[in-house]
Amino acid sequence: MAEIIRTPKPLTVSPLKASPAIGAALAFLGMRNSLPMLHGAQGCTAFGKVFFVRHFREPIPLQTTAMDQIATVMSADENVIEGLKTICEKNKPEVIGLPTTGLSETQGTDIHRLVREFRAKYPEYAATVVIPVNTPDFAGCFESGFALALDAIVDTLVPESRHVGRRRRQVNVLASSMLTPGDIEAVKEWIEAFGLRPLVVPDIGDSLDGHLIDKQHSPLTLGGAPLAEIAAMGESIATLVIGRSISAAADRLEARTGVPTFRFDHLIGLDASDRFSQTLAEISGVAVPAKIERHRAQLQDAMVDTHFMTGFLRVALGLEPDLLKGLADLLVSMGATVVTAVTPARAGVLESVPCETVRVGDLDDLEKSAAANGAQLLVSNSHGVEVANRLGISLLRAGFPLYDQVGGYARGWSGYRLARQALFDVANLFLGQHHDIPAYRSIYRNYPDSSTGARPPQACAGVVRH
Amino acid sequence: MRTSDIALLIDEPACANNANKAKGGCMRPKPGATAGGCPFDGAQITLFPIADVAHIVHGPIACTGDSWDNRGTRTSGPAFHRLGMTTDLSEQDIVMGRNEKKLFHAIRQAIDTYSPAAVFVYATCVTAMIGEDLPALCKDAAARWGVPVIPVDAAGFYGSKKLGDRIAGQTMFDHVIGTREPDPVPESVQRPGITVHDVAMIAEYNIRGEFWHVAPLFDELGLRIVGSLSGDARFREVQTMHRAKASMVVCSNALLNVARQLKETWGVPYFEGSFYGVTDTSNALREFARLLGDADLIARTEALIAREEARASAQLAPWRERLAGKRALLYTGGVKSWSIISALRDLGMEVVATGVRKSTEDDKERIRDLLGEDAHMIEDGNPAGLLKVYNEKGADVLIAGGRNLYTAMKARIPFLDVNQEREYAYAGYAGMLEMARQLALTIESPVWPAVRKPAPWAGRIAGEALGAAR
Repeated sequence: MAEIIRTPKPLTVSPLKASPAIGAALAFLGMRNSLPMLHGAQGCTAFGKVFFVRHFREPIPLQTTAMDQIATVMSADENVIEGLKTICEKNKPEVIGLPTTGLSETQGTDIHRLVREFRAKYPEYAATVVIPVNTPDFAGCFESGFALALDAIVDTLVPESRHVGRRRRQVNVLASSMLTPGDIEAVKEWIEAFGLRPLVVPDIGDSLDGHLIDKQHSPLTLGGAPLAEIAAMGESIATLVIGRSISAAADRLEARTGVPTFRFDHLIGLDASDRFSQTLAEISGVAVPAKIERHRAQLQDAMVDTHFMTGFLRVALGLEPDLLKGLADLLVSMGATVVTAVTPARAGVLESVPCETVRVGDLDDLEKSAAANGAQLLVSNSHGVEVANRLGISLLRAGFPLYDQVGGYARGWSGYRLARQALFDVANLFLGQHHDIPAYRSIYRNYPDSSTGARPPQACAGVVRH
Repeated sequence: MRTSDIALLIDEPACANNANKAKGGCMRPKPGATAGGCPFDGAQITLFPIADVAHIVHGPIACTGDSWDNRGTRTSGPAFHRLGMTTDLSEQDIVMGRNEKKLFHAIRQAIDTYSPAAVFVYATCVTAMIGEDLPALCKDAAARWGVPVIPVDAAGFYGSKKLGDRIAGQTMFDHVIGTREPDPVPESVQRPGITVHDVAMIAEYNIRGEFWHVAPLFDELGLRIVGSLSGDARFREVQTMHRAKASMVVCSNALLNVARQLKETWGVPYFEGSFYGVTDTSNALREFARLLGDADLIARTEALIAREEARASAQLAPWRERLAGKRALLYTGGVKSWSIISALRDLGMEVVATGVRKSTEDDKERIRDLLGEDAHMIEDGNPAGLLKVYNEKGADVLIAGGRNLYTAMKARIPFLDVNQEREYAYAGYAGMLEMARQLALTIESPVWPAVRKPAPWAGRIAGEALGAAR
């Protein structure tokens, strides 16, 4: 439907894109007792760490092979092997994710061979799983890096098997980077409502949801998908795939295990949520529970209440492909028009975004297009604040990174309840910038009046003003 | 950059760490157990605050995409440093050798769109590794587009963040400082009886606008900041730093190379100081007056200090009462370890230990002066180690960089952020008040007992309450 365009320009200004390597790191941060290590210079990790610390407001376990000048010129093979050994020795993780970077890829590292060499040299650490993945930052974006890592996780951990349904209530959920910890919690409750047991991979809802632990400190992730469970994904009755970006991982899991696979581009809005509920009912053989019916009715109520504000709303979206598709579908289903859609990299899902064109570009492109098309609402990450200010419109924060407000990681979009909240938020942002008609004073009413100018803003029913 | 050039930069005669050869001068980072940024990070921290320059990061996306606009530096005017400019090299660009051409046109796009005072081009790991001739390319671009184009060759794999600071400073000294004469002081701002002296600030980054707590005092004394590296700086100001009559290196040994060369080449005397705490702020102003050797300025400075200290003392009195005797564990690395100690002592607080991972021998000597010979110094500040010292010493607050913020939150302990990412401005007399307020806010917060106590049902058997009621 949408035409994908890219304006070639030499200088990117205000990038929407973050690196695939840290996208991959995020996938590994959704595994239990995990400590990812980027193969590159120490800055690659330092930047990624700050990126996640600011977004999640959590300590982030992330290490580096610390390539220096000698390693870069001579060989960085030892850095990988010694780095793995040091982490195994010091931190004793169950799993080490090992994404490459622009530097190590330009050098031409063979990361898979290095892991084999590590295995041969240090058999005493055989219990620690190492998952290498090629994520050069000159190809793809955060979302695609995350997807590559998920594919590598499945490839490394899920054995060839034909035991579909041995665990009769277990369903696999493959979660793309569009899902926040808040989304994952919602998805789990949704699935549990049908008497099923969700196994979410990767599960940042368990590791990065922001919870205090009894221990004062851990050098590893504070939760996440357990290794043993991932290995048993072949025994589930179904696999639910959320996000088009992780199709390769879904294909691999299906081929390895034969577990029936149900694919969803996203779970945002009534239609997408209905399809998911319907699928869960079919998989479980359980009727849609009354609680879910109630949530659905609440969303429908919110839809009719807010359509006054969302109808004809001109929206500019600057998001990674999966989330772009999800939020565009939601807004268009509410009568809004996506006048600008910008995304950091090409992806298969983009053609199905309900708008005329999707531009592969940066926030500078987004700003120009939003201004030219008279956008009334901007949806993007925290970097969009400046753009929204310059355009004089509101910003709905979504995606990565969210650092200028607290709790961005906890909000989600998936399912009836979170979509309802999203509609409330969009409507309130619109009301917040609602402009009254300037008062007109007839030339014949020429007597002095105590006050002139605009009336004070009117309170609207159901809207809390601050 | 050639290895010999890097060695020269690391071998900074003015830096006390240099004497510390036993430490191996520059140790190789340990794979799998390394924290900290890279030279490119250091270079962007040092130079990005020059706000009317287009800062183009030449490389694939990670260097800019993962890090842009994440620093607290503030500007009073243009803010090009917040735009996140990069050539965002793709695989095709690198494989087909289109990287240099792309950069050339990127420079043009930046000049056409923003009319910057200059363009700084930052090499990154990939462009340095494939052997681009960045200086030649920048020279061509400058000639072609008529705007200064300065190469900053601080690729990530060259070493530490501090090396990047130093490369950035050296680049300014080699290419920018001394390329313009300062404007005369306009008649309209001359005041009778006050001689205007030109001074320079080095390694002051105006985090959260904290220098604006101090800047009015400079104006009052007739100290004109001709140039700063690089808080709220402009290119044209940095160009004239060589004409300063005195310079101050603020809480950093990374940029001592700039101060030393300004002294050797242009005869600009310098001192190292800090604006954290009442005592250090006063000392910094005093030091300027002394270096400038103007008797009238010295007298006016003393009067200003007396006035400001009296005011600060009155304002701090209630906070001192609340904070006196509270025990702080300090882990800031480098020079801030001693500058913050001084500030905490102004508040009557006790420093039970301090981190010295990035400190020089000189810094450690100052720490011993402040804390006594048996001062507890922490070399390796990994989170587990820090928490151990915190518990052993019975500290009341951890004062560190943002990197450790959430370590402290997870451990349920009060915390004050004093690094680049901090949310508040702590410099000068006014900043001291803010620091006291923030310390009290976290130390006295009611959330700590709330999050430390077990749930009411912990350790109880279900149904106990019902049983008791029966």
